[in-house]
Amino acid sequence: MSWISDIDWAGVLIQGALIGGLYALFAIGLSLAFGIMRLVNIAHGDLIVLCAYVAMIVVNATGVHPLWSIAVVVPVMFVAGYLMQRSLLNFTLGPSILPPLLVTFGISVIIQNVLLEVFGADTRRLNAGAMETASITLPGDVTVGVFPLVIFSVALLSLGSLQYLLYRTKLGRAFRATSDDAGTAELVGINNRHLYCVAMGIAMAFTALAAVLFSIRTSFDPSSGAINLIFAFEAVIIGGLGSLWGTLVGGIILGVSQSLGGSVVGPLVSDLIGNPVAAQWQILTGHIVFIIVLIVKPDGLFPRIRD
Amino acid sequence: MTGTASLLRTTALSAWYGDFQAIFDIDFEIGMGETVAVIGANGAGKSTFLRALAGALDTRPGMLSYDGNDIGHLPAHEVLRRGIALVPEGRKLFQSLSVEENLQIGGDHGRTGPWTLKRVFDLFPVLAERRVQPATSLSGGQQQMCAIGRALMANPRLLLCDEISLGLAPVIIRELYERLVTIAAEGTTLVIVEQDINRALEAADRFYCFQKGRVSLQGPARGFDRQAITAAYFGL
Amino acid sequence: MNESQVSASPFIVERSTRVSQVSAVVATLGLAVLISLPYWGSTGSMRLIAEMAYFLALAQLWNLLAGYAGLVSVGQQVYIGIGGYVLFASADWYNVHPLLAILISGIAAAIISLPMALIVFRLRGAYFAVGTWVVAEIFNLFVAQVPKLGGGSGYSLTPDIVRSVAPDRAVREMLMYWMALALSVAIIAMVYLLLRSRHGLALTAIRDSESASESLGVDTYRTKLMIYIVTALCSGLLGGFIFLQKLRISPESAFSINDWTVVVIFMVVIGGIGTMEGPILGLLIYFAMRELLADYGSWYLILLGVVAVAVMLTAREGLWGLIAKRYDLHPFPVRRRLVRPPAS
Repeated sequence: MSWISDIDWAGVLIQGALIGGLYALFAIGLSLAFGIMRLVNIAHGDLIVLCAYVAMIVVNATGVHPLWSIAVVVPVMFVAGYLMQRSLLNFTLGPSILPPLLVTFGISVIIQNVLLEVFGADTRRLNAGAMETASITLPGDVTVGVFPLVIFSVALLSLGSLQYLLYRTKLGRAFRATSDDAGTAELVGINNRHLYCVAMGIAMAFTALAAVLFSIRTSFDPSSGAINLIFAFEAVIIGGLGSLWGTLVGGIILGVSQSLGGSVVGPLVSDLIGNPVAAQWQILTGHIVFIIVLIVKPDGLFPRIRD
Repeated sequence: MTGTASLLRTTALSAWYGDFQAIFDIDFEIGMGETVAVIGANGAGKSTFLRALAGALDTRPGMLSYDGNDIGHLPAHEVLRRGIALVPEGRKLFQSLSVEENLQIGGDHGRTGPWTLKRVFDLFPVLAERRVQPATSLSGGQQQMCAIGRALMANPRLLLCDEISLGLAPVIIRELYERLVTIAAEGTTLVIVEQDINRALEAADRFYCFQKGRVSLQGPARGFDRQAITAAYFGL
Repeated sequence: MNESQVSASPFIVERSTRVSQVSAVVATLGLAVLISLPYWGSTGSMRLIAEMAYFLALAQLWNLLAGYAGLVSVGQQVYIGIGGYVLFASADWYNVHPLLAILISGIAAAIISLPMALIVFRLRGAYFAVGTWVVAEIFNLFVAQVPKLGGGSGYSLTPDIVRSVAPDRAVREMLMYWMALALSVAIIAMVYLLLRSRHGLALTAIRDSESASESLGVDTYRTKLMIYIVTALCSGLLGGFIFLQKLRISPESAFSINDWTVVVIFMVVIGGIGTMEGPILGLLIYFAMRELLADYGSWYLILLGVVAVAVMLTAREGLWGLIAKRYDLHPFPVRRRLVRPPAS
């Protein structure tokens, strides 16, 4: 097991934590929709992939750097989210959880298969050029990729601005009031249905942001949605439902687990069973950590909403 | 009515919770600046009536006329914009908002007028002291003040108060009712729902008594035969 | 309504209707026709009917789980996969006869479902759904790590094992067909009887209001747990059977959410969730669409998705719900209905 001493522990942990920022970004949209309208969007992962394809179209059509596509994808997805809520999801709200669950489930299957029909099953990836491989060296001889740093900074910035929106603005006040008690919110003049549309628009705008970063980091195809939903979900549950910064911690824990899974747990298992294992140990380790958190602390590490 | 112009009138107002009809054919009228009490036993339909006025229940067009306009089909948030605010039964403060935010949100979607954060704090100084605390940390009486303040922030022309004395100590209730006088003095029209007959009649110009979802008696608040009220109240 | 009205009730509780008696006869006759199919039908039609049979069983199981017990799982494929892999492992590693191995598949799935339930039951409502999916993904990834199960690329049954079912190919086809029918009919009958039993009443109470039924003394946790384990058992049996028929297994096919859960949910939702009849109608619609649009890639899935969304938005009781409401038709009643007795 000589390989253990060769592991760049600091590098593994830092890379994992930085990628956790992406999972936190994935989780924002899911968390926002759940927090405000108690809606669990099963189509969330497929919407991420849809955004990635929209970014790809923009990049192919204009030839700009993938990061510039954010300027188009984010507003487009805000409008799409608003319309999706207005035309479909608002009609599913009510005491029963089945309609929202099954409608978003249907949307998920529709998006996935339409993407398959339109773009085929080929995997795609957006090319961000030199930025992808660039790295900087931190004190202590730790090398960190520039792009993971960008991802993490965007996550911090996003959570910060969401925090500002929720706690410092009139709109945020309305979101929190509706989340507390939708009926009373109507009585103080809040138009819940309109507010839900705005909330879904914002959720989709953050999702679009996450998707552009995702499409540069990872190759994707029409069936990539499921795993993205699961990552977002794991980050939300580990962090604690409805907790903004908990989501970031959840994302970091997931990212670090996956990173350790790839460079430590996987090889360890290979040694133990005397057979090389497939590369899936990254994801599998993340899942296992999620299950452990669920067993030990079912409300997540920073629980907020209990219902 | 006391000769002033009518602010709100209901015609054969009925309202349902699902298949269950809670109020039947209520004809009600309130004039500009008036204070009207709605009394009745538990389950008489008083709260339902207020919720119907506030637009929180489905009512039919033509049942509710406010300032000469039909508002029977409007949702609650539209009704509030037109100047009808409800202090709901059980206060219903937003638990994740601070005291100040609860007041602010009352004004966010309302009309402009005399009531501002500063004036509400003047009316209920204890709220100013606790402005940054979560609303749930307040005592029952303070929560009720906050709920009234929240409704006032919308600068309503018609303020609907649903059992504001519920579960509170007599000294607090007296204080709350004194504040209602101040509020009425601003020209606000008031509907007060109460189970406590004496308290309600003292504060009001006129009263309606509800029984099993219907109006069983109405008249001026003072000088009315107590026995008739008791009979109408309990349905004896 | 006050109590005196109830005690002097002019109503009686009715549990079967004339339609249900007729439909029982029709169902029995239909089953007899299906049993005789191998003597007059083609192999292709046998395979199609067998597939429809086990999909109907899967649909009724999911309906029981989501429509009655309120456990909206999107991870039932895990028990199909476990069933399939346990069958392969026990037949290949321990030389268990494949037909006996199907039983072991079911039992294994039931045993595994208990600790799984303890984990996923910690998640509520919609998060339960995603949680079950994660668990299925874990099994998917985990099985892919086991070289003795073929790893990620999969694994075929040896010809010896296949021949041990029945040496002759035609006989094997017949045998597998009858098994599909028997297994599916048994599972559907079990669901039907369960819903008509005392547990069924408890389930309906839970579906309508969990808190109210708890205050009336229904142990919702235990009832849900029982339903979860029973459906796992049945899914395991079906999984064992399905992969014995397919002769080949891989993590992707065994734990496929699309094959074992998505289409099943569409059947139930389109047909009508929370009824016995709905999934039958949904099954017919699904297979009709799949066969008609077979040449158009995955468009049938898109169309199914659109129909399912439309049904959920406009007619939550599904297409069967619309028909039942219109004609008051209940061929397979699981409810207790209050009716006025005929004037004597």
